[in-house]
Amino acid sequence: MTGQAFFFYLFAGVCIASAFMVIASRNPVHAVLFLILAFVNAAGLFMLMGAEFLALILVVVYVGAVAVLFLFVVMMLDVDFAELREGFLSYLPIGALIGVIFLVELVLVIGLFSVDPASVRPAVVATATDVSNIQAIGQVLYTRYFFFFQAAGFILLVAMIGAIVLTLRHKPNVKRQDVAAQVARNKASAMEVRKVPSRQGV
Amino acid sequence: MQSLLADYLPLVIFIGVSLVIGLALLISPFIVAYSRPDPEKLSAYECGFNAFDDARMKFDVRFYLVAILFIIFDLEVAFLFPWATVFGGLGWAGFWSMMLFLGVLTIGFIYEWRKGALEWD
Repeated sequence: MTGQAFFFYLFAGVCIASAFMVIASRNPVHAVLFLILAFVNAAGLFMLMGAEFLALILVVVYVGAVAVLFLFVVMMLDVDFAELREGFLSYLPIGALIGVIFLVELVLVIGLFSVDPASVRPAVVATATDVSNIQAIGQVLYTRYFFFFQAAGFILLVAMIGAIVLTLRHKPNVKRQDVAAQVARNKASAMEVRKVPSRQGV
Repeated sequence: MQSLLADYLPLVIFIGVSLVIGLALLISPFIVAYSRPDPEKLSAYECGFNAFDDARMKFDVRFYLVAILFIIFDLEVAFLFPWATVFGGLGWAGFWSMMLFLGVLTIGFIYEWRKGALEWD
């Protein structure tokens, strides 16, 4: 049990520290790398809760794909820090106003926050020993949560179409491979015998 | 629960060993290698002439498109794994549920293929 507690504090501590560095680091690429570290540590926390499948999916999807996407987005931005700081003073009043509003809200929320004693109980984990974590998800995701599952599919479809509509710009006058047309060329369609008049050219 | 975590002990050992090796290789050059920095040695070398531009240039937006299309199919495969493990017990409802999901994403796949999003130019 002490080992588990040690790893919990290790993962939680590194996760919070790297999450802080995400917003504190000046270089956006460093921020993304700290975000990856936070994802990996969150995966470790999931693993400690017994959610193996979620932990590994977090590594595969978030670390492997979403973080790469963030890196591309960061690299597409042409971040010029001198230019970013230029409008600092003109944005200061409205920025300060929004900051104060958020601060008041946070103070109110934290001040009025209380935990219902009835709700304090150990985190719900899959206790059935004969069913592994991934099977427990599989048994309910596709049938009981049918609509949520299909909604996930449609959201992915919308994301795909949206990304294509927003970013796909084909350059005009680019010759592409068209295998069927290229293979179907024959002598009749590709060659032409012209009678060239003397002293005039084609 | 304990046995589940015990299964991952080799992973912890592996990460620990790789951490030790990585840190050793990272730190030992600072200690053992001798360095005599020089402005000319530390400057960027670009085939004999001065560097034209900053190396951190903007990336083409098409990399982003490739990455987001990859993520979508990555997630699709991620949804297949729990389905495959319990496939025998799910019955026809689970089967057609997944077929509908795959069908929706296949529509998107056909769309991107026909739009030419999988081609570079």
